[in-house]
Amino acid sequence: MRRYSVRFVALGYLLVVLLGPLSMLFWRVYAEGVGKAWTALTDPDTGHAFKVTLELAAIAVPLNTIFGIVVALAIVRRRFPGKGLLNAFVDLPLALSPVVVGLSLYLLYGRTGWFGPWFTQHGVQVLFALPSMVLATIFVSVPFVAREVVPTLREIGDEQEQAAHTLGASGWQTFWRITLPSIRWAVIYGVVVTTARCLGEYGAVAIVSGSIQGKTETATLRVQEEFENLNLAGSYGISLVLAAIAIFVLVLMTRLRPREGVS
Amino acid sequence: MSIQVRHVSKHFGNFQALDDVSIDVAGGSLTALLGPSGSGKSTLLRIIAGLEQPDSGEIFLSGEDATASPPQKRGVGFVFQHYAAFKHMTVRDNIAFGLKIRKRPAAEVRARVDELVALVQLQGFADRYPAQLSGGQRQRMALARALAPEPEVLLLDEPFGALDARVRAELRRWLRRLHEETHTTTVFVTHDQEEAMEVADSIVVMNKGRVEQVAGPRELYDSPANEFVMSFVGQANRFGDAWVRPHDLELVLEPNGSTREAQVERVVHLGFEVRCELVRDDGEEFSVQLTRAQATTLELERGQIVYARPVKETVFS
Amino acid sequence: MIVALPIAALIWSSRNDGWSGFWNAISAPEAVAALKLTLAVAALVALTNAFAGTLIAWVLVRDDFRGKTVVNGIIDLPFALPTIVAGLLVLALYGPHSPVDVHAAYTRYAIYLVLLFVTLPFVVRTVQPVLYELDTQMEEAARSLGARELTIFRRIVLPSILPGILSGVAMAFARAIGEIGAIVILSGNLPYKTEVASVYVFNLSESGNGTAAAAVAVVLLAISFLVLLAVGGIRRMATRYERA
Repeated sequence: MRRYSVRFVALGYLLVVLLGPLSMLFWRVYAEGVGKAWTALTDPDTGHAFKVTLELAAIAVPLNTIFGIVVALAIVRRRFPGKGLLNAFVDLPLALSPVVVGLSLYLLYGRTGWFGPWFTQHGVQVLFALPSMVLATIFVSVPFVAREVVPTLREIGDEQEQAAHTLGASGWQTFWRITLPSIRWAVIYGVVVTTARCLGEYGAVAIVSGSIQGKTETATLRVQEEFENLNLAGSYGISLVLAAIAIFVLVLMTRLRPREGVS
Repeated sequence: MSIQVRHVSKHFGNFQALDDVSIDVAGGSLTALLGPSGSGKSTLLRIIAGLEQPDSGEIFLSGEDATASPPQKRGVGFVFQHYAAFKHMTVRDNIAFGLKIRKRPAAEVRARVDELVALVQLQGFADRYPAQLSGGQRQRMALARALAPEPEVLLLDEPFGALDARVRAELRRWLRRLHEETHTTTVFVTHDQEEAMEVADSIVVMNKGRVEQVAGPRELYDSPANEFVMSFVGQANRFGDAWVRPHDLELVLEPNGSTREAQVERVVHLGFEVRCELVRDDGEEFSVQLTRAQATTLELERGQIVYARPVKETVFS
Repeated sequence: MIVALPIAALIWSSRNDGWSGFWNAISAPEAVAALKLTLAVAALVALTNAFAGTLIAWVLVRDDFRGKTVVNGIIDLPFALPTIVAGLLVLALYGPHSPVDVHAAYTRYAIYLVLLFVTLPFVVRTVQPVLYELDTQMEEAARSLGARELTIFRRIVLPSILPGILSGVAMAFARAIGEIGAIVILSGNLPYKTEVASVYVFNLSESGNGTAAAAVAVVLLAISFLVLLAVGGIRRMATRYERA
């Protein structure tokens, strides 16, 4: 009996907090009018917003993947001064408000910032343009690959790498043939999570982009824009697409998780 | 290929793993590094392989200074205690690894791998992954992998430590036979004196980062260099200042000049032999090894008073 | 560099108007109200998660029912879903057009609810693996020694999963402090009432008051650092039995 009541409470909580709101998605789009939602989705500015979002992800994800693997290798396999600090800085974006991230970049590259004047002189637009948005996206999604790879590296240990060395493999050969294949599922999982974070980022990008319609507006900023213009159908329509991506990502995540332990 | 280790020291933090160790391993020999855990035997093996760097001292391989050369360049094959199998590769790919790294032609690789698969008796398992093998099979695969590039030295770190008794015995014999066929210089680490005696023709006994004695199995047992070797290699009883092996003690029912009185604590029948555990009148415990016939004649039982006489004793100065 | 440099710039900028400027910015009534609200709601969210998250993890590991794998998968959804979408969804269910007749929009309850949505996975995902690895033989041993179920949970299970709960709670707390996307749409952002710290910083920055924004942001930064320190401490505590 007790078991059932525990289950009931747990699932009830999930229903109220998670599933309830989620179920609203289709219903609201339907209630606000599918036609209106479609109009909003096919608006060139919306298309552009999705394009900007994808561009950001396309730049940030590969960079963070390489960075994450390098950092994880450094943290697990090497001893060097300042390792604790590196560890802390890699985790910081997880605990930090994206608004603080956005503001920091804004202050660094703004008119009176350390780097702002230099870039202005050389005619490079950083703020309210793609470069600062890329930096913001990279910042908030830095930790994910490293956090997935670090425990996997610890678990596999370095014996296989040593074995490869005694068999004549160079450091580079060992990385490609032994280390990378052993951590591949962790890397892929990290990439999936990083991608999700990049697509969904709002706070940091909101500050540095200036949300200029048709130029620096991302998909999530577009959701807010439509909402504030009282075009709820549009807002829910774009949300539906974003949620569809999220659910796709989620399916990938659950598919990848159990396979880690197997091979 | 011969190995010379000269004045090698190594510490980890405050722990002195090796303290001025020098040994010579003759080319083509089969040598055991024997010692209790923490004696530095594995560290020495890893330094020979180039997996660890010594704090001081030199390593010579075939007379050439190899101290600074990386493991890739030393031409050694290394077998790890926990196999270090490449989990994402099949048995075949594991064994082929060292050859592919050396960019050998595919046909040659295939032929050599087939030969090794047969040698380690893994026919039929070549396309399996390490996770689908038993411990003994995995260790045989690791051996084949280390042998594939035809190393001049084969180093094995507690190779049979993680296996059960029967598989161990089988692999020991197999290693011995392999060495007789190939005559590759082989060094293996073990904490099991029986394993060292059975397999090796030269044994290096180590304790607390130092070499206690280097000798063949028989010499090690018959003329141990010091008390540590005496007590670590085989059983030994302390009799005052002297040490006596359990089979070098005679039990009699009547005292005479050189006997010590003792009481029987336990009589253990071990099949072909009988071990008798006794307590001396001064409270010291010791054991005696007897044949079944001897034990039957004496009619040993618990609580009985007997008299022990050393046939052969060793005194260390 | 990408992480450290902007942070340095932030701290530097917060001091543009000197110590007094910094102090004035963070002690402004609106700032104090926003920070207080943020901390209070985040604390409440963290506490709720400590219970609900542990309970859900327990059900997912020890219970068995149809559709468990689906439920297990859905737990990660808040990590995958853009938070602004989460805000919109909570607004749809508990807002003006609520089909269940709950009208929480533009109130503090709405903030609480949407933060529960966003932070749901943290505790579940830190407790679940520990619970899974936990040797049930320990519980059976306790049972054979005569311990009652509640005692077993308190004395055997809880000490093992507590580090997991605490680090999950800490991360959920940090997330609740910093969240903006989910809140900006449905809180109404009324100063002194439903304006949280991150939104306050955002508004200051948008109105060109970068220095004051930086000052409040530094407070948020300090909280983040404290949380990370706490998580590090918990991790060390969790492995204390395994270290020699």
